[in-house]
Amino acid sequence: MATQAAERPLNSAASENPEAVVVRFAGDSGDGMQLTGGQFTLSTALAGNDLATFPDFPAEIRAPQGTLFGVSAFQINFGSTAIETAGDAPDVLVAMNPAALKTNLQALKPGGLIIADTGEFTKRNLEKAKYAANPLDDGSLAKWQVLAFDISAQTVEAVKPFGLGNKDALRCKNMWTLGLALWMFDRPRGPIHDWLNAKFKGKPELAGANIAALDAGHAYGETAELSGPLKQLHVEPVESAPGLYRTITGAEAISLGLVAGAQLAELPMFFGGYPITPASAILHHLARLKEFGVTTFQAEDEIAAICAAIGASYAGQLGVTSSSGPGIALKGEAMGLAIMTELPLVIVNSQRGGPSTGLPTKTEQSDLYQAVYGRNGDAPMPVVSARSPGDAFECAIEACRIAVQYMTPVMLLTDGYIANAAEPWKVPDPARFEPFPVTFLDAPNDGDNLLPYARDFKGARPWIKPGTPGLMHRIGGIEKAVDTGHIDYSPSNHQAMTDARVGKIAGVSVPDQDVCLGETSGTLAVVGWGSTFGPIHQAVRRARNRGIDVSHIHVRHIWPLPANLGELLHGFDHVLVPEMNTGQFKTVLRDQFLVDARPLTKTSGQPFQIAELEEAIGKFFDGIPGNEGGEVDANLQQLPTPESGHDDGTLPRDLRLHHDRDN
Amino acid sequence: MNDMTPFATTLKDWETDQEVRWCPGCGDYAILKAVQRTLPQIGANPATTVFISGIGCSSRFPYYMESYGFHTIHGRAPAVATGVKLANPDLDIWLVTGDGDGLSIGGNHLMHVLRRNVNMQIMLFNNEIYGLTKGQYSPTSREGTKSPSTPLGSYDHPARPAAFALGAGARFVGRGFDVSKNLPEVLKAAHAHQGAAFIEIFQNCVVYNKDVFDDFAQPKGAEDRQLWLEHGQPMLFAGGTQGIALDREALRLKVVPVTDGDWQSADVIVHDVTNRSIAHMLVEMPFGPFPMALGVLYDDPRPTFEAAVAEERVKSSAGKDTNLAKLLGKGQSWTVGDNAADPVSTRPPGQGEPGAADPR
Repeated sequence: MATQAAERPLNSAASENPEAVVVRFAGDSGDGMQLTGGQFTLSTALAGNDLATFPDFPAEIRAPQGTLFGVSAFQINFGSTAIETAGDAPDVLVAMNPAALKTNLQALKPGGLIIADTGEFTKRNLEKAKYAANPLDDGSLAKWQVLAFDISAQTVEAVKPFGLGNKDALRCKNMWTLGLALWMFDRPRGPIHDWLNAKFKGKPELAGANIAALDAGHAYGETAELSGPLKQLHVEPVESAPGLYRTITGAEAISLGLVAGAQLAELPMFFGGYPITPASAILHHLARLKEFGVTTFQAEDEIAAICAAIGASYAGQLGVTSSSGPGIALKGEAMGLAIMTELPLVIVNSQRGGPSTGLPTKTEQSDLYQAVYGRNGDAPMPVVSARSPGDAFECAIEACRIAVQYMTPVMLLTDGYIANAAEPWKVPDPARFEPFPVTFLDAPNDGDNLLPYARDFKGARPWIKPGTPGLMHRIGGIEKAVDTGHIDYSPSNHQAMTDARVGKIAGVSVPDQDVCLGETSGTLAVVGWGSTFGPIHQAVRRARNRGIDVSHIHVRHIWPLPANLGELLHGFDHVLVPEMNTGQFKTVLRDQFLVDARPLTKTSGQPFQIAELEEAIGKFFDGIPGNEGGEVDANLQQLPTPESGHDDGTLPRDLRLHHDRDN
Repeated sequence: MNDMTPFATTLKDWETDQEVRWCPGCGDYAILKAVQRTLPQIGANPATTVFISGIGCSSRFPYYMESYGFHTIHGRAPAVATGVKLANPDLDIWLVTGDGDGLSIGGNHLMHVLRRNVNMQIMLFNNEIYGLTKGQYSPTSREGTKSPSTPLGSYDHPARPAAFALGAGARFVGRGFDVSKNLPEVLKAAHAHQGAAFIEIFQNCVVYNKDVFDDFAQPKGAEDRQLWLEHGQPMLFAGGTQGIALDREALRLKVVPVTDGDWQSADVIVHDVTNRSIAHMLVEMPFGPFPMALGVLYDDPRPTFEAAVAEERVKSSAGKDTNLAKLLGKGQSWTVGDNAADPVSTRPPGQGEPGAADPR
């Protein structure tokens, strides 16, 4: 419903104060668009709007300047109503160069506003963007409103007093643009001033120049309003529950959730990681939280990262490791070791497009099979999945809880979208979470004997720290004898231990599945997991507003599944499972519950759009049999665009010069 | 190793109730006894001693030691041990690996545990063959080794474990062999070293690579081909009749005859365990023209990884607030509703809601 309002063109009378607006900032990866977007997000949150963002940046860190595949874009959807997706189509497109215009133009709503920097529409840049003629002059932008002027020149002029070189002066362009955007949406500049002063502490000339550029952009808005398409809009604050709020990305939320989880378990945390996109952000965040009893270890490879975490768990800390698909694959054998030795461990998988290197910076949900089934032997492991950046906090705590209570590795699934996207987050009260303090065994548990593999009522074995007098014992990856943990290859023992491991995980206590929107039985249930929450929720809400009998069920516990889920699904005539993969969760549901779950899949590296899901829901109610489910095509207007982060090799050699600017 | 109060044990205290399952005559038995003999001598405490191994014949070792033990996965023991040591630096860790486990599948981890200088003793049992998988050639097998996977003889150049370790940045490199009576002395020196101590132990695989070290390691009769190094002592062998000197023209080592014990006039080098240049020459010294260098080849400690990690924690935590509620609300935030309870500044130490009981 938020985006419904935004579907009205900006210049209509009703949109003077629209409920929600979608803005996309697009520029060269050196133009600082992610920074601009991030700061705009912050000021939007401070203004009290609900919001969701979608950052899209190229896989090539320094793609050649001005090229189509070097375009970096940041989309934000904000409004006075609850926002759960980054928005389908933008109302405003800020294009810092021809390539940014070309790759993002088709997404813009008819009647939407283009803000373009003419200073970058040079012959050379037009060539790089494969424009035969300047689109700002040839009438091809007729169905949109265009505000084109020389932002580069305006910026250079604004920062002149600070004596920067031309190159450094142009780096302030993003702040100029941000200033204009702040004016457009009636946002305060104060927080950005503070942020710039903090960022350039010790470099007052850079702070001054950036602030001057920001103010100049803002002032330009006021002046330009007198004529032309630029209008100031005021988006009313959202009505939120009282409390303290901040913006948070999934990577931050997971990091904080892990810290909270370790505290609730009353354990120090050991985090073993290895750089990989998009998971590295978690390592970066945790590396700054050492005062919370966090040890971060950047290992020599993915395998060492998990093995060190297992070693730390063995020694009595909460071992955590994190990666993305290819790295998770490398960790597979060590996960088996943690399962066999029955040590707690949290494994975070920030999923990205695969297989192999795949799409490192794009999102996908295609590691579900890997999480649930992807190990040698019968190697069951709990799997928890986060639905949004804020939800990732609670999921991380849940993963820690299961790991220490059941002495098992736990996989926490997130994805590139959740990891990078930001949303306002009502800061939770840590006291709201029930502590789950760990008890280590400190004396023999069978008279005078130690039984390292004796099980409690949950099926968990005791956690015994090396260093404890009198409890010396040996563990390892070879099959263990029941109770004693000695090496034992005997047939009946392997059967007993396999059953024990499977039974322990099957018995993990997970909350009953709720229905997050709609009735608990009826015609259609749309069942999602992970980051598809936002678009599914909006699509179901819209369909229900039209009187359609559809419910939204969103599953956090992928393994083991909630005990009531089968019964719940059987209460619906139809079950639709939208996923950003080829139907992996659908298969699990069919297998576990013999339910006729229909897949709706999208594997373009793009999240679902609300409209796509609405259409899919509609097919269950259109009276045409057999057209339900299926595959959603790649959306050429959606982020990531076809060009983003993709060098097709057609750019002439003389245009392939790499620029030297940081993002 | 760590500074520990000496703990009184006997060899028997270090034996487990598990049946030792190496092949009869395997060199591992002798190494096991040497280790079980060494630990009481250094006052080791079984409760704080951890044996960590990878996969292979050698890696069965922890099951036979009455201490804590972790038999991990192939090649990854150094990574697991690094995590154990960082989580609890008070533990005394012995790593057990082999030429396949440590230099083939686990070469990467071995390199990094040495370069980081994580405080532990690393025993690499080198038998120049894959035993547990039934006799394939290994990364230390000599060129021409015939094995099931190289029926016509191997043609890759063998890795030299001690040279690998030194090249990776090891600050302690020692050598011994399974049946040597000096092995405990080498283990003791490794244990006394603060940091990653690498010990190459030549080990006789009687089934798949029998007696390949007999030229210098047979129980009797090969003494003349052993150069036992001792800090501050001249590098003499063959009953003091030969020594190692530096060829100053060619900048390499040479064997010189020593008559009547007058090693000074023969320019025999006095061993200095802190001399890294000489250590490089010793690990590269080809057996045959030269004797086998044994004992402590190099020992020059520097600060350990776990100490640096602990120090950084202290530094980066100094003066920082460890209130989780505050951390969650950190950064630029905003408050909705005038009456909303401020979840941050009103926290009791237990971080509960205002007025709530301390959950701890």
